Amino acid sequence: MARTVTTLTRFNMTSLALGLAFLYLPIVILVIYSFNASRLVTVWGGWSLRWYHEFFNDRAMLEAAWMSLSVGAVSATLATLLGTLAAVGLARGERFRGRALFSGMLYSPLVMPEVISGLSLLLLFVALNAERGFWTVTIAHTTLTMCFVTVVVQSRLSALDRSLEEAAMDLGCDPVRAFLLVTLPLIVPAIVAGWMLAFTLSLDDVVIASFTTGPGSATLPIRIYSEVRLGVKPEINAICTLVIALIALIIVVASFASKLSNARGESAAPL
Amino acid sequence: MSARRIFARPARHAAIAPYLWMVLFFLVPFGFVLKISLSQTAIAQPPYTPVFDFTEGRTALAAAFAQLSFDNFRLLLQDNLYILSYLRSLVVAVTSTLILLLIGYPIAYGMARLPQRWQAVAMMLVIVPFWTSFLIRIYAWINILQHDGLLNQMLLALHIVSAPVVWLSTDSAMYLGIVYSYLPFMILPLYATLSKMDAALLEAAGDLGASPLKAFWLVTFPLSLPGVGAGALLCFIPIVGEFVIPDLLAGSNSLMIGQTLWLEFFTNKDWPVASAAAVALLLLLVPPLVLYDRLQRRQLESNR
Repeated sequence: MARTVTTLTRFNMTSLALGLAFLYLPIVILVIYSFNASRLVTVWGGWSLRWYHEFFNDRAMLEAAWMSLSVGAVSATLATLLGTLAAVGLARGERFRGRALFSGMLYSPLVMPEVISGLSLLLLFVALNAERGFWTVTIAHTTLTMCFVTVVVQSRLSALDRSLEEAAMDLGCDPVRAFLLVTLPLIVPAIVAGWMLAFTLSLDDVVIASFTTGPGSATLPIRIYSEVRLGVKPEINAICTLVIALIALIIVVASFASKLSNARGESAAPL
Repeated sequence: MSARRIFARPARHAAIAPYLWMVLFFLVPFGFVLKISLSQTAIAQPPYTPVFDFTEGRTALAAAFAQLSFDNFRLLLQDNLYILSYLRSLVVAVTSTLILLLIGYPIAYGMARLPQRWQAVAMMLVIVPFWTSFLIRIYAWINILQHDGLLNQMLLALHIVSAPVVWLSTDSAMYLGIVYSYLPFMILPLYATLSKMDAALLEAAGDLGASPLKAFWLVTFPLSLPGVGAGALLCFIPIVGEFVIPDLLAGSNSLMIGQTLWLEFFTNKDWPVASAAAVALLLLLVPPLVLYDRLQRRQLESNR
């Protein structure tokens, strides 16, 4: 078990520090400037909550925020349900017909360019004559995010000691009971982390939502995007800071969950 | 072993619902993209004349097949705009992936050599931006890069430049945005392979007389190639179809294929051509997608 101590050179430290600064500095600047009293985004006019006030009086923005939060909550819940089932099938189903197609369908959306997923789903909805709005966006987001849930839960399931389930079955449990009583409690942290990830991904998406939504039901990212195209606005800084705060909260909960999850076995997915 | 087999049956049944969902909302829609890409453009709602209708029976279907139109694909090949945006997407994706590799590798390497306790913290710090909305992160850069933004203010104050530099709407801004957004996707797979590497190998190389640099080249780098491959694919594939970053940060005189598709769809309302562009983009991505799928499956399955 003698572990050789790897030396950390100055080069290693510098690249690490610079890399992290590069990742975080822009966000920190954005947050600071959201408290800027000045209308000019680049001139510092003292601390103020003016732009937050502005946001909470902007009805169109608030409606978009509400739409995003509800799409996020519903699609994350659906995605967690479907993604967990898919993960169970992949991690415990052994070999079955169509397995390669199944895993292919689940892994490719992770990297598929969003313009393709968005366009193809829109064409499906048009062909089905579905009214575009809340539900079409929700279905689209569920399809994308359930794949992320699958990866998270599957890696947890694969790392789990299977002899626990087998012992439960040797002691007379049927498979479903063994799963519900033994496996499920052990993968709950991964499921929670999966839900959080699905929710934040849904809250983030512009492209797929633009394709699949209908007139009059814009999500928050769609509104932010159209404002950003016109230039920087202090109110957007405030909205972005609120979203960052929400996501930070989610990360804290999710990392707590994954800490529980990592207490036994290593999680392979770095998500 | 038998318990395993008994468990497998209900597990397979669990997969039925997500299977059907993915077939309906992932696989079938591609069929529609293919179908629309072969149909004629029309000024109508929806703006195309359908080529075939499955409700009309087999004879109608056969007749429809006879008039399938490859006009949209011919247009893609003839019009310079499409070929250029195709090439540009490839160039941008290859260049960005190389930059990401150059920047991401030292960071991942630094992480892998941290004391065990700090590795988890560093990993967390790299993952957090992945969770943060990428639209917001691009917007943060617009804040910094704009005409009277922080970067120009700093450069002016330090007397490095005498007049504000135009950063926005340039390729450098776009590359910056892409590298910024995709860096975690490059670092994490690299870190995953680098952290699993046995330090004794490097020591052995050193004992046998290799300089640290040589040991890195001959031992560490070759062993980290799976991570390099995974990271490169994880970045390359989505960057090819990237839309938001070039749209917000790059100039509008040359477009990437994702932007062209968006333009055809939302501005020109030419759904058939947009669909043809999507099919063409997809064909381009099939080889890297297959490779990625194989890598992903190997990684998840080696884990059990």
